[in-house]
Amino acid sequence: MSSVLNPKYSFATFVVGAANRLAVTAGHTVAESPGAAYNPLFIYSGSGLGKTHLLMAVGHAAKKAAPQLNIEYLTLDEYVEAFHASVAAGQGDAFRRRFQNVDVLLVDDVQFLTNRKEMQSELLRLTEALQAAGRQIVLTSDRPPPDIADLDERLISRLSGGLVVDMGTPDYETRVAILRRKAEERGARFEPGVLETVAQAEVGNVRELMGALNRLVAFQAVNDTSINAETVKQILGLTGEGAAAATPGAGRASAAKAGGGDEFGEFLADVTVTVGKAVEAWRARVGEAVLRWEGEGYRTHRLEALLQRDAPGAVDQAIAAFAEDVERLKALEAEVSDLDPAAAGQSVFRDPERLGEAEQAAAKIREGAAPPPGPSAAFPLAAFAVGPSNQVAVSAARAALERPGKKYNPLVLVGKSGLGKTHLLNAIGLELARGKRAVVACLSTQAFIDELIAAIDGNHVDWWRARYRRATALLLDDIQLLTGKERTQEELFNLFNLLQDKDRQLVFTAPAHPNTLSGLEERIVSRLEGGLVAELKEPDREVKRAVLERMLGQQGVHPEPALIDYLADRPTDSVRSLVGLLQRVVGAAAAQDGPLSAGLAREVLEGQAPRDTRRSSGFRTSGLVVSSLGGIKSREKVVWDWIDVADRMIEEFR
Amino acid sequence: MSLVNFTTREITCKIVYYGPGRSGKTTNLHYIYGRVPDSRRGRMVSLATQTDRTLFFDFLPIDLGQISGFSTRFQLYTVPGQVYYNATRRLVLQGADGVVFVGDSQARQLDENLESLQNLQSNLLEHGVDIRTIPLVLQYNKQDLPRELILSPADLDDALNFRGVPSFSADALHGTGVFETLKGISELVLKKLAAGTAA
Repeated sequence: MSSVLNPKYSFATFVVGAANRLAVTAGHTVAESPGAAYNPLFIYSGSGLGKTHLLMAVGHAAKKAAPQLNIEYLTLDEYVEAFHASVAAGQGDAFRRRFQNVDVLLVDDVQFLTNRKEMQSELLRLTEALQAAGRQIVLTSDRPPPDIADLDERLISRLSGGLVVDMGTPDYETRVAILRRKAEERGARFEPGVLETVAQAEVGNVRELMGALNRLVAFQAVNDTSINAETVKQILGLTGEGAAAATPGAGRASAAKAGGGDEFGEFLADVTVTVGKAVEAWRARVGEAVLRWEGEGYRTHRLEALLQRDAPGAVDQAIAAFAEDVERLKALEAEVSDLDPAAAGQSVFRDPERLGEAEQAAAKIREGAAPPPGPSAAFPLAAFAVGPSNQVAVSAARAALERPGKKYNPLVLVGKSGLGKTHLLNAIGLELARGKRAVVACLSTQAFIDELIAAIDGNHVDWWRARYRRATALLLDDIQLLTGKERTQEELFNLFNLLQDKDRQLVFTAPAHPNTLSGLEERIVSRLEGGLVAELKEPDREVKRAVLERMLGQQGVHPEPALIDYLADRPTDSVRSLVGLLQRVVGAAAAQDGPLSAGLAREVLEGQAPRDTRRSSGFRTSGLVVSSLGGIKSREKVVWDWIDVADRMIEEFR
Repeated sequence: MSLVNFTTREITCKIVYYGPGRSGKTTNLHYIYGRVPDSRRGRMVSLATQTDRTLFFDFLPIDLGQISGFSTRFQLYTVPGQVYYNATRRLVLQGADGVVFVGDSQARQLDENLESLQNLQSNLLEHGVDIRTIPLVLQYNKQDLPRELILSPADLDDALNFRGVPSFSADALHGTGVFETLKGISELVLKKLAAGTAA
């Protein structure tokens, strides 16, 4: 926040005397040709001697001479606040740019640089940049640069490099001139000699002089009598010892009288101060609020607008409403940063005026971050057949479910195709999804890759990431498909780390131990190995029986135990092929309209042609057992028609 | 009663001097009247009996002129202290922005002080005002009387000032502490005004 130049503080209203002539001349020069003469111009003087006035006067004069100039006046505190605010808002660079574009920079009260190393280096950098660009800097302080405690040597030399000029206490003539001008400004008239008497008083600075003048103005207004040079001394307590001693009685009498009048005058002054404080207190409150929120990096136009008003009119409601809006923005920003950290930095979340937009933006991001694909309901854990062959994997899964993300993370299920990895994966996902606020991402690696490609294509990778970052568990099927997908591996790697850091469960499936998969980046492999790699083996009899019973049960069939035994005993290397066998038998039974029996199964699976097989007529077969389990897997590879023996011999004899 | 009117830019403070009979409320007002320049004060209205006891109330309007752009007026009232004028007291108390409780420092008047203070509380309550929220100062008047007759401000604080409000010792007849008291109450009233505009 930079202050506006006070229009009252111009060169025209600045009373020049011997003590400040040099400073004023320098100020004039600088204002006429900024950056050309004294750069930086450093003005120092005691408090109340017109530093701020002169500084603003330079600003006004420069602006008048060249209206296009970008002139910025601010106190060091404002500079520091602005710096903190922009750093808090993550816009330190914008802050630097803002000041580097200023043509004339006026900084008041730089003595407050003491103990602010960071600001010192910031100011040093700025000074160098502005000087290099030929832009003017004018600074004021209550002491010369070397006397500012704890000031960086480089900054001292830099600040002393231009012109350092001081302003002294105004002399008597200047004091009279100042008093006359101020009295004129107030429209107050005094008898001759009154102002001169005031000017004779030893005052440390112009502000005290103004205080004395104010008392005279107030006294005159209250008493409706004009003051003469004598009463001035009484009012201001300047009574010379001689006068008091000469006529003690009269002195006391007039003092008592004056005191009597004063009682009301003092009361009036007191009330004035209190009213000033009380009535204008709302401005202070608004100001505080502005500073506070600006410091936190929020835009405070709405509050600043309040300051422009004459009456307070529910400022506290306005401040409260503002604070409420900021809270809402904070909530939105927090939510959004969860979903999409990149979007959280948007300026819309820093401007309560644009709360509506912020809501919309958040809604958009929320929408973009629709939950990732979840587990399929077709694979409940209860339906997963357990036996010695997959006991390890199932126990690991149960352990992971008990303490998601803490026990085995990641859990990698390996095993050949058709052993139930996908089932177990989805089953884990379904169990995890029961948790409160659980967002379980459970999908095939292929779908994961496809989504990423679509996201890259649609230029919303951030949203895509956000969706998965929200997940409380990530389950990917067939991780080997990542082979050669570098970008997906990169994304997965980051996601993996992020989720694992937050103790979120990760489950993957792969056909073999991760370190045997080619094309996977080492960092991913090592991370996969870092959890538990549980293998699912070829189904044992127990598993097969359970699978068969369940499948047949689902179809409402209650087959003879011999059929189950027969099928379970058949050598199958996966659950899927077992299911295939069963389906062939069931299909055959349906075709024959006969019952499901071990005999039928044997006929179908071992190739013993059913008694009235439709396929037998006219075919010569090799008599091979055509089984899906044997070495010959495809009927196409079976030679059905052998050439005639005679023909073959002729061929050989040729 | 609106204390600060931002539209017309006026501040009006009604301050009521309360306390037991003969504690010096009217004396306070008289002293103030005597110190306010003619142009600043209105006519002091005093309805008194033949024995100079306040019959109805005293009223002293003071115009403080423009303060911070607000034309500021103080209205000072006293209530009749006698027990049987309670209806009047209640009436005068209506809309008060601040109360000066003028206590009689004489030891033998302590009970009257307490009684009046309780009466103030109940009368304020009638107007729906909590004595804890209204600006209130205590003035221990007649501190110029011989020591043996009066209680010290510290003792009076112990006896009367259980809410810890500002208290002033005074000699209203000669003016000691009168304006201090007025300043004290004005400050409280105006500060509350700041809080008031906050609501």
